[in-house]
Amino acid sequence: MTSFILTRSFQSIIVLFVMSLIVFAGVNLVGDPVDMLINPEADQMEIDRVIRELGLDRPVSEQYWYFVVNAFQGDLGRSFIFGEPALKLIIQRMPATMELALFSLFMAVVFGIPLGVYAGLKPESKVSRTIMAGSILGFSMPTFWVGIILIMFFSVSLGWLPSTGRGEVATYFGVTSSIFTLDGLSHLFLPAFNLALFKLSSVIRLARAGTREVILQDYIKFARAKGVSETRVVRVHVLKNIMIPVVTIIGLEFGSLIAFSTVTETVFAWPGMGKLIIDSIYNLDRPIIVAYLMIIVVIFVTLNLIVDILYSVLDPRVRIKGVS
Amino acid sequence: MKFTRFLTLSIAAIGLSVSANAADLRVGLKSEPSSIDPHYHNLGPNNGFATHIFGQLVGSDENQQHYPDLAVSWKPINETTWEFKLRKGVKWHDGSNFNADDVMFTVDRAQNVPNSPSSFVTYLKGKTFSKVDDYTIHVKTEKPYPLMPNDLSTVKIISATVGKGATTEDYNSGKATIGTGPYKFVEWVPGDRIVLKRNDSYHGAKATFDNVIFKPIKAGPARISALLAGDVDFIDNVPPLDVARLKSDKNVQLSSGPSNRVIYLHMDQFRENSPHITAKDGSPIKNPLMDVRVRKAISLSINRDAIVSRVMEGIAVKAGQLLPAGFHGVSPNMKADPYDTKMAKKLMAEAGYPDGFKMTIHGPNDRYINDAKIAEALAQMLNRVGIAASVETMPKAVYFKRASRGGPNKSPEFSFMLLGWGAGSGEASSPLKALLHTYDKSKGLGAANRGRHSDAEVDKLVKKALATVDSDARGKLLAQATEKAVGENYGVIPMHYQVNTWAAKAGYKYLPRTDERTIVTGLSGN
Repeated sequence: MTSFILTRSFQSIIVLFVMSLIVFAGVNLVGDPVDMLINPEADQMEIDRVIRELGLDRPVSEQYWYFVVNAFQGDLGRSFIFGEPALKLIIQRMPATMELALFSLFMAVVFGIPLGVYAGLKPESKVSRTIMAGSILGFSMPTFWVGIILIMFFSVSLGWLPSTGRGEVATYFGVTSSIFTLDGLSHLFLPAFNLALFKLSSVIRLARAGTREVILQDYIKFARAKGVSETRVVRVHVLKNIMIPVVTIIGLEFGSLIAFSTVTETVFAWPGMGKLIIDSIYNLDRPIIVAYLMIIVVIFVTLNLIVDILYSVLDPRVRIKGVS
Repeated sequence: MKFTRFLTLSIAAIGLSVSANAADLRVGLKSEPSSIDPHYHNLGPNNGFATHIFGQLVGSDENQQHYPDLAVSWKPINETTWEFKLRKGVKWHDGSNFNADDVMFTVDRAQNVPNSPSSFVTYLKGKTFSKVDDYTIHVKTEKPYPLMPNDLSTVKIISATVGKGATTEDYNSGKATIGTGPYKFVEWVPGDRIVLKRNDSYHGAKATFDNVIFKPIKAGPARISALLAGDVDFIDNVPPLDVARLKSDKNVQLSSGPSNRVIYLHMDQFRENSPHITAKDGSPIKNPLMDVRVRKAISLSINRDAIVSRVMEGIAVKAGQLLPAGFHGVSPNMKADPYDTKMAKKLMAEAGYPDGFKMTIHGPNDRYINDAKIAEALAQMLNRVGIAASVETMPKAVYFKRASRGGPNKSPEFSFMLLGWGAGSGEASSPLKALLHTYDKSKGLGAANRGRHSDAEVDKLVKKALATVDSDARGKLLAQATEKAVGENYGVIPMHYQVNTWAAKAGYKYLPRTDERTIVTGLSGN
């Protein structure tokens, strides 16, 4: 186990390094941040001053070298736009994104698994067909559009839920989050649902497929023959055995929930990392783009590791070896 | 079920959250300022926002006309010195008194903010400030300098005692955010909200609202739905497409007015062979845009009325010069060119291009209102007079670098560009100096002259105007320069002035600002 984690960590460092190279080269190919930052009325001297101040007059290789040296000291650069450390800006907005991602993951699992298992157990019923048709819709509708429709329906027409921003936050057990207040929850519901919709559909489909497969296995037949109650069959034998693909998907998708909540955050003006990265890309705030992608790589690598460890817990046949 | 209980709880929560005080205002902003430090980033959203908290010597009203703010009067006392008399009895938000030391401190700090991505050096360089007494400041320049009040209207005055050693972070956190403006700073949660409260000891008219909460909502549809849902009371930058719909909504009050921003075309006038222009068969030709007859033909072939009514949904004003009527230095004699394809074809033939040529129009697709659609429409119109125009648009992040210095030796890359210019100083000297004066790096002139138009007479007139302190005389010179550079030379081709639209819930009315800024003191409630 220890050597497995060590090998993995070493691999992750290589991934991080390669990623930083690609991202750094990539962002430097596009445009010039000076044009995004400077007042159009500034003259040539002022433009040159800003170029020098931001270090953009240096060759890319030299800029990269400084980036690596500083990164080893925990400094991922300073935002061109905000003038503050990129890492600080991202971490400042991380709780908002985390709470959105966790809450929508929670929604996807809590609604997705029961619906999927039901559809798997009774594939021919009308309800199951409706669930499956719904999951196709969930897959295929663009997030931005769904977000706007949700706002138009629940906020503008019905006036039930707020359309924008994050609600009040409260602190419990050292965690500051908006899920602890009613106002916060009401603000969280629509964006979380919007973000969850796609995952919800994947969980439903996976749970259904898994159930259909498992239900035909001999051990289920045996359990039934033994007279085990149907609830117990589903709860113990079916659920446990469909969890492997579901856990894989949840693990990986959680990463993408964090990394790509940009659309939802933009529609609902959610003050998270996703909104920060999208604004930074539009404005060519290179240090933030690079730092953000570094953080995302770390998150993905960690999640994969956790998923691998969870496998062995869920299925004793999966053994973690020192070499992978 | 869990779900229904959750829903009921959520609904109950809304009931609680809408009971906010009626004298509070919630604003949906398209662009969030990048800092609360008024000297950190010299850019529209920051400068506009800072006006709530900080004062300036010379105020700039909704039509960019000057009014006394922290200075009660200003005048040139000799060829090269301006005198500013400061207002007495002004209190900082912390209760201390404002005086000349604060101004002296400000002009020094504003030029030396670390990591500033766009500084106020642009407006402060070449000026020597001296304190005469506690309420008098003298500003000396080497040469006569008429734009002194314009330049000083941009710089927010900060407190010397609080500001000493304060960093940009100290302003963002509120530690050093002490101003003389109508609102006091409460807090900034980046990406989420900025909260202000009324300054009861403000020296001018008292602010209307007890508290103001600014929420950055970047996406246009989201901003509009937030207003319709009642989550905000007031939004800026209403997309033209939604204006018609909102007009018929009884719960919404729209305000729109022309801005100081002209959308215009810049044309390559410095290369014998322009990279994106060829003969129709693709063979290289001499750059036709060097010929003023071709440039005039292009202007005549633009159906500005159609662009305004179709592409811009009526939310624009056709342009014949660099600033709309009412601004200083605007020529009373110039009108938008008529739509006259016959004349255009004739001019093309005279210039030696009876069969036209092939050309690419370059433009941004996320900078100006409907920019990409304007470029498309323009290409259609040029095709009608024989110019086979194709369109290439790109995000502003890529566009401006290439348009300014994407070519060899950092020359502008494109041949024919769609651009916009907002006259920050509120007079015609701004676009004339930057767009039409010969590109001259050492003097800081023609900095945005991406077509490299160059005309000795225009240069002379602009330079003379920039050294003429007498306002009327300068206005005449600027008008003359515009008539020559735009009217005769077609150095640039103006298309239309942008119109900006704000929307508030019924009962509020915003005085539209030509500088496109959203400043809540311009919002009157009932």
